[in-house]
Formats: sequence, C-alpha cells, structure tokens
Amino acid sequence: MSNDIFITETTIEGGDDGSLAGTTVAVKDNISTEGVRTTCGSRMLEEYVPPYDATVVSRLKEAGATIVGKSNMDEFGMGTTTETSFFGPTDNPAAPGHVPGGSSGGSAAAVAAGEADVALGSDTGGSIRCPAAFCGVVGIKPSYGLVSRYGLVAYGNSLEQIGPFANTVEDAASLLDVIAGPDEHDATTREPPYDEGADWSDSDGEIDGTYADAATGDVDGLSIGVPTELLEGADEGVVETFWDAIADLEDQGAEYHEVSLPSVEHAVEAYYVIAMSEASSNLARFDGVRYGHSADADGNWNETFARTRKEGFGDEVKRRILLGTYALSAGYHDKYYKKAQDARAWVKQDFDDALSEADVLASPTMPVPPFELGESLDDPLQMYLADANTVPVNLADLPAISVPAGETDGLPVGLQFVGPAFGERRLIRAASALE
Amino acid sequence: MSDDAVSPEEVRHVAELARVDLADDEVDRFTRQFADILEYFETLDEVPEVDREADLTNVMRPDEGRDSLERDEALENAPETEDGYFKGPNVS
Repeated sequence: MSNDIFITETTIEGGDDGSLAGTTVAVKDNISTEGVRTTCGSRMLEEYVPPYDATVVSRLKEAGATIVGKSNMDEFGMGTTTETSFFGPTDNPAAPGHVPGGSSGGSAAAVAAGEADVALGSDTGGSIRCPAAFCGVVGIKPSYGLVSRYGLVAYGNSLEQIGPFANTVEDAASLLDVIAGPDEHDATTREPPYDEGADWSDSDGEIDGTYADAATGDVDGLSIGVPTELLEGADEGVVETFWDAIADLEDQGAEYHEVSLPSVEHAVEAYYVIAMSEASSNLARFDGVRYGHSADADGNWNETFARTRKEGFGDEVKRRILLGTYALSAGYHDKYYKKAQDARAWVKQDFDDALSEADVLASPTMPVPPFELGESLDDPLQMYLADANTVPVNLADLPAISVPAGETDGLPVGLQFVGPAFGERRLIRAASALE
Repeated sequence: MSDDAVSPEEVRHVAELARVDLADDEVDRFTRQFADILEYFETLDEVPEVDREADLTNVMRPDEGRDSLERDEALENAPETEDGYFKGPNVS
C-alpha cells in the first residue's frame, strides 16, 4: 500500500462473468460491505463490520468486479482534503505532497495510483468531483435519484449520491451503468427518463444505449454555457487551463456562450446550512449502544452518550453537528434553515434557466489547484469556500462530471460539466471529447 | 462580528443538546470559528423568496412484511448485549 489510500485492504471476488469481470474496484469506506469493516474514516466506526451489502456493492459483485479495498476519506464525508480521516491523510499520487481532495480522496487516489481500475465515491457537495480534479482522474456525480443510497452511511441525505471514478470517461460510464437504476430499498431512486436533448448532432443510436456508449467524443453542435460567477475569484492558472479546454472543444465543433447564475453567490452558505442540519440529525444514531465506539464512562444515558461522542468524533464532525443543531434550534430555524431552502429553490431555478439555452454548463471543477498537505486545516471557513463550484449542483439535484483539463504549475486541473437532471449521457459525451 | 455572535455558554448549550462533550479548549476554538461561520451564513438574508415549482409525488410501497436482519446479526456490533437485547447505560 502506498499513499495511505486504503483504510482496509481486502479481496472480495465478484462473479465470473459480467461487464466488470476482471476489473478491480476501490470502494469508499462509507459504503457498506458485508463482513468487511466500514469505518467512514472515523474512530466511531473503527471496528464496525456491516452485516449487509450496500446495493451498489451487490451490483458490483453481480457484475463480476473484484473489490480490492475500502478507501480513505474525510471523516463521515466531511471535508475537501481527506485530511480529517481518523486514519490519517492520503497523499496525492498525481501531485505528491498535496492533498488528493476530499472527501472521496482515497478512491480518486486509488485510481490515479493504479491501485484499482475504477472506484466508487460519494458526493454530497463535490466529494467526487473535487478529488477527481485534484488527482487528475474522471469522476461523475449522478443526478439525485439515479443511484441507490441503500447501505451508504448517511451524512446529507437530500444532497448525496454515490458515483464512479476512472482513468477514462468511458470506464467511469461503464461503472455508472452497473450501479445506476431503481432500488426497492431506496425510495428516492427512479427510472431515468429519456433525455431528449442528448442527441444534439443528429447522430443516432447512442442515446438509447448504455452510458458507456455515450462516450463518443463527438461534440459537433454542442452548446456550452459558461457561468461567469464560477470563474470569478478562481486561480489564474486554473482559469487559463479551463479556457484552453473550451478552445479545444470549439475546435471540435462546440460553441460556448456566457451565462449568469446570480444565485450561486449564496450556494455555499445554503449548502453548509442544509448539510450540517442533516448531519446533526443523521449522526444522532451514533450512541455507542448498538454499534460503534463506546466510552468506558460512568453516569446515566446522556452523560455516557455525550462522552462516547466526544471520543468517537473528530473536530470537523463535531463542528458540523453543533452548527447543524444550532441552525435547527428554536429561534434560529427561520433565520438559517428556511432561508437556505429558499436559496436552494433559487439555485434550481437559475440552473433550469441556464440549461434551457445550453446543452451543458462548464466551469473549472475547483477554483484552486490542490492544496499542500496541512495547508488548510486551521480555517474551516476558507475550506468551505473552496467548494463554490461544486455545491450548487448538489443543491439543484443535477448530474455533473469532472474531467482532466490539463495542469497549472504541474498540478492537475479539472473541468466540470453540468447537465439537466438525468442528462448523464450528454455529460459523458462532452467530457469524452477532452480526452 | 455580528451582534448576536455566539458566546461560549451558547456553544456549551448546543453541545449539550447535541450530546457531545467538549473540552474547554474546544469550546474556545468553536466559539471563535462559529462567529465567522455564522456571520457568513447570515448573508442568506439577501436571498429572495422563491416559488418552489417542484412536482412532488408520494412514493409508497406495499405495507408488507419483508426480510430483515437476524437478531444475531443486528446485535453483533453492539459492545454489550444481554438475553438478545442491546444493553445501554441507565436512562436516569
């Protein structure tokens, strides 16, 4: 093992045939694997062994994949660097000495380092796209409802989706083909509707096929909207790399125009209020009685419960539970949570408007190149602001893909395409043109 | 810093509601950080009211018994059990 990519190395063999036979997969350690410990990067679940498989894991096994490890992550998915893991940080194989991005940093690093062919992560506010961008690999955040969350240890239910990492767009799409689709264990999943706008250049045959079939590299006639707000304040080298990639797509027959999304100025604060509120509720289940770390403390239920959680949770998790509890408490609900829901509705409306005049939207995935390890731990607010380009997508329930766009000063830069709900095929097609 | 920035007492109170013990230095650090973060959250005041146009549909499944975990499986991660039950601390 190198770079502290895995929390647990394992070999879970899949069936003999299937579309992923012979393919190795890393699975983020917040996705339940029967008989193999699933820690969420937390002391709280250091010894937890799930008695059942997440739906996506069952589907991987049925497709013949071999799971090679449970990958490192920010504790409970809360972070942008994979440095808040109880098991220590992961180094970035594509930029040693730098963070791999978070929270699915171990999964992205596994693919970048060749420790797995493909990987699964989860994305609540950018946790697949950020590490994909920082590690120079492809990552897809599916539309809300496309992939089952059954067996994913919940952090922010209304925002999060499981999605794939791979070295190529086609491989990521093939993994999406395996995990996508309705699941009776998750009532928020649904059959994806037909994407009328997927076939912008009249070539036929692709849009009814698999997601992998959509990776044709054909962007002739593609209309790209570039939200100006998502370039403001971004690192100069990142912006240059982004425009080079857009020029490349123009050479291949795409056209771009600028669009404005005024609501995204408030997306980060709305995202964190909603995510922390949901986190404070979801993480109430960790009482140390049914599973998880249990404090060796005297006292009544409340005292023991509070001591267990003091010992089991790290700083970032405590910070979010407390802020979420505060935001939902009497007297503050209208001030924070209700306004955040208004902002969420506004973001959705803005994206709908922009996507009525463009096939896809494009921006840098992250406004900055990968941080150096240890650079950013002390200022949580600065860290939250780094998520400005990814969180609006989760608020709007939309799909997005991060694809390598080049480098700045030797550090990977990702380009993000955003599409309408269940418009994964057009994202896959657009992204494959940059390879 | 806004007028209603949190005090150390409020941080302790919220921690009590959330059932998370905090060390004194954690209270100090969170009090400082929460002031910045909550001040930033207050920019949500600039958000206009937006009509939500989502079509909402209830999703129901038949109310039928389904397979669930066996009792031993449900208990196997518990630090303490007794006679097939979870054993927790006293409630009072």
